[in-house]
Amino acid sequence: MRYEAPNTLEQAIALLSGANGRARVLAGGTDLLIQMRSGRTDPELLVDIKAIPELTTLAAEVGGYRVGAAITCMELIENAAFALAWPGIVDGVKYIGSIQVKGRATMGGNLCNASPAADSVPALIAAGALVCIAGPQGRREVPIEAFVAGPGKTTLAGGELVASFLLPRRSPRSGDAYLRFTPRTEMDIAVVGAAVNLTLDNKGVCSHARVSLGAVAARALLVPEAGAALIGTRIDAAALAKLAAAASAACKPIDDKRGTKEFRIKVAGVMARRAAAIAMERAGRHS
Amino acid sequence: MARNHVSATVNGDQVEFLCETGQTLLDVLRDELRLTGTKEGCGTGDCGACSVMVDGRLVCSCLMLAVEAEGKAIQTIEGMSAGEALHPLQRKFVEHAALQCGICTPGILIAARALLARNPDPSEAEVRFWLAGNLCRCTGYHKIVDAVLDAAREMRGA
Amino acid sequence: MSTMLKYQEKELKIVGTRPLRPDGVDKVTGRARFGADYNLPGQLIGKVLRSPHAHARIKSIDTSAALALPGVKAVVTREDFAEMPDEMAAVGELMINFRDVTRNMMAREKVLYDGHPLAAVAAVSESVARAALALIKVEYEILPHVIDVVAAMKAGAPLLNEKQYTAGVKPKPDHPSNVAKRLEYGHGDLAAGFKQAEVIIEREFNTKPVHQGYIEPQACLASYSADGQAELWTSTQGHFVFRAQCAKVLQMEVSRIRVTPTEIGGGFGGKNNIYNEPLAIALSRKSNRPVKMVTTREEVFRGTGPTPGANVKVKIGCTRDGKITAAEAELNFQAGAFPGSPVNQASMCAFTRYDLANVRVVGHDVTVNRPKVAAYRAPGAPIAVFGVESVIDEMAKKLGMDPIDFRLKNAAKEGTQTYYGPKLGPVGYVQTLEAARAHPHYRAPLGPNQGRGVATGFWFNIGNETTCSLNLQEDGTLTLMLGTIDVAGGSRASMAMMVAEELGVEFERVRPIVGDTSSLGFNFLTAGSRSTFASGMACVIAARQMIEKLRQRVAKIREVPAEAVAWKDGRAQPADAGVAQFAPMTLAEIARMGGKTGGTIAGHAEINAQGAGPGFGAHIVDVEVDKQTGAVKILRYTVVQDVGKAIHPAYVEGQMQGGAAQGIGWALNEEYVYGDDGILQNPGFLDYRIPVASDLPRIDTVIVEVPNPNHPYGVRGCGEVPIIPPMAAIANAIENATGLRLREQPFSPPRVLKAIDDAAAAKG
Repeated sequence: MRYEAPNTLEQAIALLSGANGRARVLAGGTDLLIQMRSGRTDPELLVDIKAIPELTTLAAEVGGYRVGAAITCMELIENAAFALAWPGIVDGVKYIGSIQVKGRATMGGNLCNASPAADSVPALIAAGALVCIAGPQGRREVPIEAFVAGPGKTTLAGGELVASFLLPRRSPRSGDAYLRFTPRTEMDIAVVGAAVNLTLDNKGVCSHARVSLGAVAARALLVPEAGAALIGTRIDAAALAKLAAAASAACKPIDDKRGTKEFRIKVAGVMARRAAAIAMERAGRHS
Repeated sequence: MARNHVSATVNGDQVEFLCETGQTLLDVLRDELRLTGTKEGCGTGDCGACSVMVDGRLVCSCLMLAVEAEGKAIQTIEGMSAGEALHPLQRKFVEHAALQCGICTPGILIAARALLARNPDPSEAEVRFWLAGNLCRCTGYHKIVDAVLDAAREMRGA
Repeated sequence: MSTMLKYQEKELKIVGTRPLRPDGVDKVTGRARFGADYNLPGQLIGKVLRSPHAHARIKSIDTSAALALPGVKAVVTREDFAEMPDEMAAVGELMINFRDVTRNMMAREKVLYDGHPLAAVAAVSESVARAALALIKVEYEILPHVIDVVAAMKAGAPLLNEKQYTAGVKPKPDHPSNVAKRLEYGHGDLAAGFKQAEVIIEREFNTKPVHQGYIEPQACLASYSADGQAELWTSTQGHFVFRAQCAKVLQMEVSRIRVTPTEIGGGFGGKNNIYNEPLAIALSRKSNRPVKMVTTREEVFRGTGPTPGANVKVKIGCTRDGKITAAEAELNFQAGAFPGSPVNQASMCAFTRYDLANVRVVGHDVTVNRPKVAAYRAPGAPIAVFGVESVIDEMAKKLGMDPIDFRLKNAAKEGTQTYYGPKLGPVGYVQTLEAARAHPHYRAPLGPNQGRGVATGFWFNIGNETTCSLNLQEDGTLTLMLGTIDVAGGSRASMAMMVAEELGVEFERVRPIVGDTSSLGFNFLTAGSRSTFASGMACVIAARQMIEKLRQRVAKIREVPAEAVAWKDGRAQPADAGVAQFAPMTLAEIARMGGKTGGTIAGHAEINAQGAGPGFGAHIVDVEVDKQTGAVKILRYTVVQDVGKAIHPAYVEGQMQGGAAQGIGWALNEEYVYGDDGILQNPGFLDYRIPVASDLPRIDTVIVEVPNPNHPYGVRGCGEVPIIPPMAAIANAIENATGLRLREQPFSPPRVLKAIDDAAAAKG
């Protein structure tokens, strides 16, 4: 197995393209090393992308943010401006493993590992993020909810990698939140994850809402009916009950060692409701 | 199998070593550099016994390849005391009986020191959440938390 | 000298204080060396090939391709190990059969669980060793498997051992069975007792296997010399027992193996058994180089013993005024692939907290296609007590009695005849219960969705063979060589404290170390909460022997009769000024003259410690249940325990807190998850969920001291009792919070939420 650490995106793309599918991108390595150790993957070449400046830069752009795919979770959490704008995305990032894991793990890796339970993905979907992809054919952008194809599978073509995430401008009176359910307080894979991103108008009525669920289907879901349950309301008990029902109805979960179908369906509604309450409270603070 | 040549700094000393691409930083610290204070408890980043600092960042050395250490400054438990003078955290752990078997202790000390560098006055909850990535099976964490809070107090001069 | 040194109340200077432990600095600096920290020049790396099937006959093993791989220096299979006879040996509190030991370390006819070893290689590096394993070709004939204990007991279940007939049944059965043994304890007239009862409660409980969860995986380093001597470094709870077992399975003389125990990163009973040690020695013998074998975490889960899962039935009968008239239990324990679950110990501990006239416990030891179980801190007792203390709680509630008062009304005391044999000596159950009842925790207010539970535990504790050697050095300092392993509890410090107390010198003057197997006579392994009791007894005997010799030596030096010399305040002094006066002598002064006056002065002891005192504990726990998700949060936890005498209170507190934490994990989230295919699905710390720091609150401790009359300082063991009550205490607290009784462990959120939802559906 060879290791390369290119300094430019072009070099990285060339290495990946030339490896005929036998290369893997190495960002934080917190999923890849475990998969190599267990024999699940056996690459010939590792392309370490952490030395490419574009991938480790976070900057304001067109009123929003461009977040390099290889920025570590800890760096993201420590970025005060970003945490103020997108606390829900930071909620998700904070749940990725331990402090140690967050010292290496990246949002790009969390997305491309394509676990249905990935903690950073639902809030990115709720935020309306775009994934910016670079490859031998050039660049393209994809809404994040369309990026993952299924467990362990992305829609990246040969030689392509995720360069950055683009987050839109934040309207005033907006707030987002991500909550997940795990048996322990930390260190678990999400059994259910729910993200809510919403905007209130100047009368306190919800004008915009996006809701996304993780760990309840083959990939993280955007749930339009759940968002619709909040729009036009003051996010009262009735709206929240509708939201919870829509969330539960959207689930297509499996039984596995982390939770039963029944449990996931039930708790998805509970988590969505609680996340909405937090998002609303944050929106209220953000005038 | 051609090996990679790596230069790095460990506990302030310049080191050079050869490693296979698949070897982790943990493997190399223990087996090439013979710094066995850093432990393997799981190999999958779930227990924190392999915690080290890399360029000032707390990480699991089992989740980092040795080749990624090129040019980096690494700190392990062996560098925590200054000669015979123990770090206040180390002293408090012994005073509070915050260790029993001691296998998790190096990882917890490295993690606790990283916490106090960032937040010199943590609450009990903050200590517990920061240390959630360090498993201990012997103590139930009670005396560990007491030792960390007491060390923080001393380091603040309070 | 008698091994029964009786308790003597006296003023204490060192015992009961909190000096710093001698191994502390090494452990906080990373200098302490555990199993995987040892290396020898030229060493090879050993790795094990494990069965991917739950049950299969091994038709053939072809290692030729592995042997041919460059860098591979040796391969072993069943061909390299002799057949062993049916022969039992004690391993801690459990018994093992050598016929099974050799098969568990390396399969012979069959593989019996996912993870069962069947070959091992030694190679120049880890990556070559792993590549070699992949080249070993095994032909399996896959057999149907059984992993559920109730299913395994039924006629027609797949059989693990066609030659196993249930022992303890008369007449001897004519069909083989997975039930290896049936046992029964009891006394009185059960039928009459239940007839007398005005309230009867009968319940069934099920638990899953849980692992000891030591953070250090097993590791060993073996070096076999061409002259037939082997050196072995290993992380173990009992190096003498390991030596004995390795010698047996390798057909070597015991004294040809020298085992050095490394520091041990947690054991809890799980490191009472040999796993890779004989393989490493055999590989070293074959390759003529040292062989290091370090287990991965996945191998720890797949290949080392968890504690059994079980099915438990409990029936208790009571009069309306709260007197238990009859108690019955059936304990069906999974033994794993070979017989030997702790169903015996569980049976002994199930009801012993209560003074019962009519009681019966029946136990079954059942083989299933899972790893062979190993001891786990009070083996078996937490499982039985989960059932019994849950029913006790239900009974108290039904009778309208306070849970502690109900237990006090039926409490075992000094003189209570147990149903498994002995009569209890002085014990502290009543004192423990009263201390719990008086604790502010018991009266603290509770909020919505919060509940409180109480449960108690008993463990008999053991003594067994122990040796030690105490030597006076030329400068008056002392080295204490121990043979009983310090499994983290800080026992090295406690031993040195007792010696310092006896001799009247400062604690720092006594340096304790644990010696290797060539340095001392046989010591039993550290289990059964025995080390402070038995090793402590041996140390006190050695210290008193040394004092005798010091007095004789001073008498000679000062030319006075021996009776005129007393040992007081760390010096030889005149016993009575009227009889004979002489200048006192310190240890240093005596030592300096040692050579000239007869030689080095030493004390030693080789005993089989008897008279271990049973321990009792009572736990109080507050929980909060999130009724929408089933999550259970532990709000507050208090451990009250009679330890006889806390030699070093901080280490005793540590045992109480650590045992409680393990019990909490056992109650809430820990379990082995198997698929229907018999394959373990969660062999790692991600999905085998032990408590993390943010899962637990502070764990408050109350040390009760009712001295054990059979130990000079009154010591009872303390390490095991604290893991026994938590499961029941938490189940009782959940019931108190929600009205729902959980009888399936763990009380994970999906189970709790289902119980909540089912109850709500039944109501409306």
